[in-house]
Order: sequence, then C-alpha cells, then structure tokens
Amino acid sequence: MTYIFDGSLPGLLTAVFEWFERKPGKVVLKSIEIFQPEAFAESFTVTTNSEKADRVWAGLQKKLKKDWLLKFYCSYLSEIPEAYNHLFQFTLYIFQNEKGAESNYGNEHVIALAKFAKSVEREKHRMEAFIRFQHTADGIFYTSIDPDFNVLPLISNHFKNRYADQQWIIYDLKRKYGLHYNLNTVEEITISFTEGINKQKPAPSVMDEKEELYAVLWKDYFKSANIVARKNTKLHVQHVPRRYWKYLTEKQLS
Amino acid sequence: MSDRIREKLNILADAAKYDVSCSSSGGTRKNDNKGVGDSHTSGICHTYTEDGRCVSLLKILLTNHCIYDCLFCVSRKSNDVKRAAFTVDEVVELTMNFYRRNYIEGLFLSSGIFKNADFTMERLLLVCKKLRLEQRYNGYIHLKTIPGASDELIKEAGLYADRMSINLEMPTEAGLKLLAPEKSHADVIKPLGFVQQNIVQFAADKKLIKHVPKFVPAGQSTQMVIGATPESDKDIMYTANAFYKNFALKRVYYSGYVPISNDSRMPILGTQPPLLRENRLYQTDWLMRFYGFKVQELLNDANPNLDVDIDPKLSWAIRNMQHFPVDINKADYRMILRIPGIGVMSAQKIVQARKFGKLRIDQLKKIGVSYNRAKHFITCADSPYQLRDYQGTQIKAFIMAESQSKYLKTDSNQMILF
Repeated sequence: MTYIFDGSLPGLLTAVFEWFERKPGKVVLKSIEIFQPEAFAESFTVTTNSEKADRVWAGLQKKLKKDWLLKFYCSYLSEIPEAYNHLFQFTLYIFQNEKGAESNYGNEHVIALAKFAKSVEREKHRMEAFIRFQHTADGIFYTSIDPDFNVLPLISNHFKNRYADQQWIIYDLKRKYGLHYNLNTVEEITISFTEGINKQKPAPSVMDEKEELYAVLWKDYFKSANIVARKNTKLHVQHVPRRYWKYLTEKQLS
Repeated sequence: MSDRIREKLNILADAAKYDVSCSSSGGTRKNDNKGVGDSHTSGICHTYTEDGRCVSLLKILLTNHCIYDCLFCVSRKSNDVKRAAFTVDEVVELTMNFYRRNYIEGLFLSSGIFKNADFTMERLLLVCKKLRLEQRYNGYIHLKTIPGASDELIKEAGLYADRMSINLEMPTEAGLKLLAPEKSHADVIKPLGFVQQNIVQFAADKKLIKHVPKFVPAGQSTQMVIGATPESDKDIMYTANAFYKNFALKRVYYSGYVPISNDSRMPILGTQPPLLRENRLYQTDWLMRFYGFKVQELLNDANPNLDVDIDPKLSWAIRNMQHFPVDINKADYRMILRIPGIGVMSAQKIVQARKFGKLRIDQLKKIGVSYNRAKHFITCADSPYQLRDYQGTQIKAFIMAESQSKYLKTDSNQMILF
C-alpha cells in the first residue's frame, strides 16, 4: 500500500493520522512529485488537513524532546524523497512504543533521521559560515545562496540575533524565496530580478562606496593568513568544498 | 589611504599567522543591546586558508615593532622585516566591517611589545573598550595577555575579552632559555594564574549576586612551538597536562615550527614543518580531554615518543591487548570509548541503543563505527567465531595493510620488484 501526500509538512503529519485511523498494515509514503503508479499496488491519496496535522504534531511533542523535534523538522527540510517515508515510519514507531524509543539507534528509521538531520544541520552551519553580505548603496546587506537543502527557516534566527542593527536580505535562488530583516522582524520575500542582472554580485553602481575596499582587504587578509610551507590543498577543499566557492568573496578572482 | 591600510593589514596579518589558535567557541555574549554580534557557543569557521587551517577570527597584531629578540619569532627585533602599526580606530573599523559582512566571528588581537608591557596592554584594552562600548559589538574577542603588564590592566581587559591567552612558546624552560634568554615560563605562569583566579572569583560571585559582569567567559589558552628545540613528545604532553590541570586551560595549541631563521640553534630554512608530529600531539591532547586517558598511559619512560605510523589510541590498544576484546553489549562507556575505531558520538549511540537489544555488526556500521578497525578489539551479537588470538603486532600489521597514512607519500613497507 502506498500513501501519497502533497510534500508539505502538514501533509506528512496528516498521513500519520490517516494510518492510525485505518490501520492498513504496511504502508510506504511518497510525495506526489515522485509517485509513479504501479500496476498491482494499491494507493491512497492523503488530503492535507491542518487539524489532523496539529494533533499529530502535538502528540509528537508529548513523546519527543526538543532535540528530536528539531531532528524531525530538519529531516523534513532535506527535501529528499526517501526522507519522507523514513519520517512517516519513524512517527509510527514513536507512537507505537514507550517514551524514549528515539534513542534506539539500532532502528533503521531512527538512524536514518539522525543522518538526514546531520546533513541538513551541516548545510545550515555552512550557510552561517559561508554567507558573505555585500553592502548596497541603500544600506541593505545582501546575499544570494542556493543551498543543498531548504535551510532558510533554520538560519533566520541566527542572522536576526547577530545583525540586529542592520537590514539584510538572504535570497535562496534555487527555491526562489528569501528573508528580509527590516530591523524589527524577518519577512519572507520574493524578488523579481530584471533579466540579465547578476544575482550573485550586483553591479558596483548599486553598492556602498566602501564595499569594494573591504572586499579587497578581506581577500588580502585571506592571502596573508596562509602559511605557504604548510600548503594542504586536500584539507582545504575538504573544509570548503568547491561548490561553495561561488559564495566566498575571498575565492573570487576580480 | 586604501593602499596604506592594505599594506598594514598585509604586514600585521602575516606576522600574526603563526599563532595557531583561531577558536571562537565558548563565547556567551548575547546581542541584548540591539547592537551587532551574538556568540555561537561552538564557534564558526568562516573560511579555511589554502594550508587547511580555519579562519574564524581576524587575527592581527596591533604592531610588529618589538623590543624583544626571540629567535623563533618573525617579529624579533633583529629581523629585517617591514614594520607597521595600526591605530586603535583602524582595528575597530576593520573588525566592524568584516563582522558586518559575515567574514569573521570576531577579533584576535595580539601585539609586539613596544615601549613596555603596560603601554602595549593599554592600547589593546582601548581597542576592546571601543568595540564593546562605542560600537555595541558583542562578537568574539580573543586578546593576548602581555606578560609583565600590570594586574589592573589585565583585570580590566578580562571584562571585555571572551578569551585571553599567553604563549608558553617552548615546551620546557630549557628550550625557552636557549632561544629567548630574556624570557622564562614564570613570566607566563604569573598572569595565567592571575586571570584564572579572577575567573574563579567572578564565578563564585555570580552564585551570590545576580548581576556580575562576564570575565573571560571562554577561558584561557596557550601555545607551544614544537620541533624548534629537541624535546620529546613526553616532555611536551606532560607540560600540556600540567597546564590543563593547574590553570584550567580550555586549549593548548601545538604549532609545528615553520623555519624563519638561519640561526644554528634551530632547524634550517627550508626544513618541512613537522606536520605529522603535530597531528599526533593533537590526537593525544584529544584522548586526554575527551576519551578519559591519563597522559601517563599514552606517554611514559618506556614510550617517550608517539608512534609515527599509527595513532596514539591504536598504539595504546596494541600495547594493552589484555583489555580486549571488549563486549560492545556489556562493557561500560569508558571502556567503549577506548576502542580504536569508535569515537565519542558512536560510543554514546551504542550505550543508548543496546538498551533495546543486542547490537549486531550491521547496526554498528550504521551507527558510524569504523568497523574494519574496531573489529579486532570487540565482540558483538554476531561476531564471527575466532579460532586464535592475534598478537598486538599482528593486528597492527592487518590495520596498516588496509589503510594508507595521509602523511606518507610513498608506503615505506611496500617492496618494489621491477
């Protein structure tokens, strides 16, 4: 039996609710995006229902501590198709067992969630590290990113707390939405970019007059801090994988 | 204007880079004044240089003018290098602008000694005060304590810095006297002790009084240069151990000496820095701090130096085969931590998971155990039955046959036939 849901978190939680209502035995959860009908397998399409979802979430909150609720949410944000089914099975497993069952690292769904969450948290941490703001002429600190996972919801508070006295925008080019901090709250925004504009590095004309100087000073610093006699390219690339170089001011040639 | 500041930054960053500490962890400052900056408990490495070292802090000297002539230091008086000095405002502006662009976690400020210790310490303190009070900056500050500075200045600096450090420079007094006759370990011990006393005092006050200011919340650290003088690994780690114990240091850093002088008392220019040795020392340091090993178990008169070809944990296990094999499903946490191929995270997962049933090989692999290494030292639910006991040396040979050290360019055990 396959359960099909719309890919949303409430959808996933509703699926759990429906399973307990019907008790259909073994079920695999798939998102509508990747679902391919099979000739002999039955399927059931879950209709997302926020009340049912809330009840399941409230139930999870009773069973799990904060760290595991976060792992659950992070795994969901990975957007990996297999993660959805593991989340579904994990939730059934948690509800069917005594409190504390999440520490059974011998269970395949527990260990799967721990791994998905670790990947997502690593990507979150990388964004906190590798984001480089550019100071625009209208005073906003701007950056665009395209992270492997949907981490904007996870990094919002970090940047809000850290840069409380400056306006900033972090824009996810892959998922086409961003965050704007307006000195009070963080709002979700979408930007309609003009055709042909460089989204990564806007033209110098729209930049603060000191922006170029500090970018150059930072590149200088990056070079000066290196000890040539200890050159270790393998380690360097291990810590800063090539796909992140496009974010980094210090890795740009001009 | 911009050319001059670029030149200064190049000179003063270049001179500061041999100080290896770049940790930004342990900060507890929160952005509660709607300023800029908020500490991240575990620290953040914002980039890595091409030598693979993390860049977390803007690490600079206030000046590289120095009245001392320590042989191991690039900024020594007799060295013919370009000199420069930042103004206090220049450091403040650089820090703020780098921080606002998310380039850095904070500032690491050190300095050559100009005029005298107090004069230098005063300037460093001024930078910290301007950042905290004028710029409402809550990011990380790692400040060098200048040996010989007055207690009042050091104590005041502790109110603004997150971490303070003084370098031991050489692992033994004899080594230090050889290369820097004007200095002694006592110069370091006094201020380290003074700051430590204050940390303890502030913590005690905090229990009684609600609003006690922070005092060096991320603790103290020190650094030793290794490979410049002929100390054994035992000398180095026993010194480190004593400083961890006596001064509750957060970190001891080991810096492989990069030749910068032609003096006959030191390795000649062009000698490769001892990177493998440095790595083994850090491994030992980790075993002491996170794995419950006593330094005497890892290094002693029978084994005064660490193995080059295998890591110190494996080395200990092979010397102590009487403790193995360990039953994964029964042994206590401290013993599981000692198994080669099992780290802290895996050990914790094992102890939690085995409450739900006996663990098997496939589960151990999924948990993250490096099974090929660990298999020689453990038994679990489905361990294959072993007919004979292997000697430590045989196990070492098995492990070495299937692993390749990243430091050895060519495998020394390999024979070339044609």
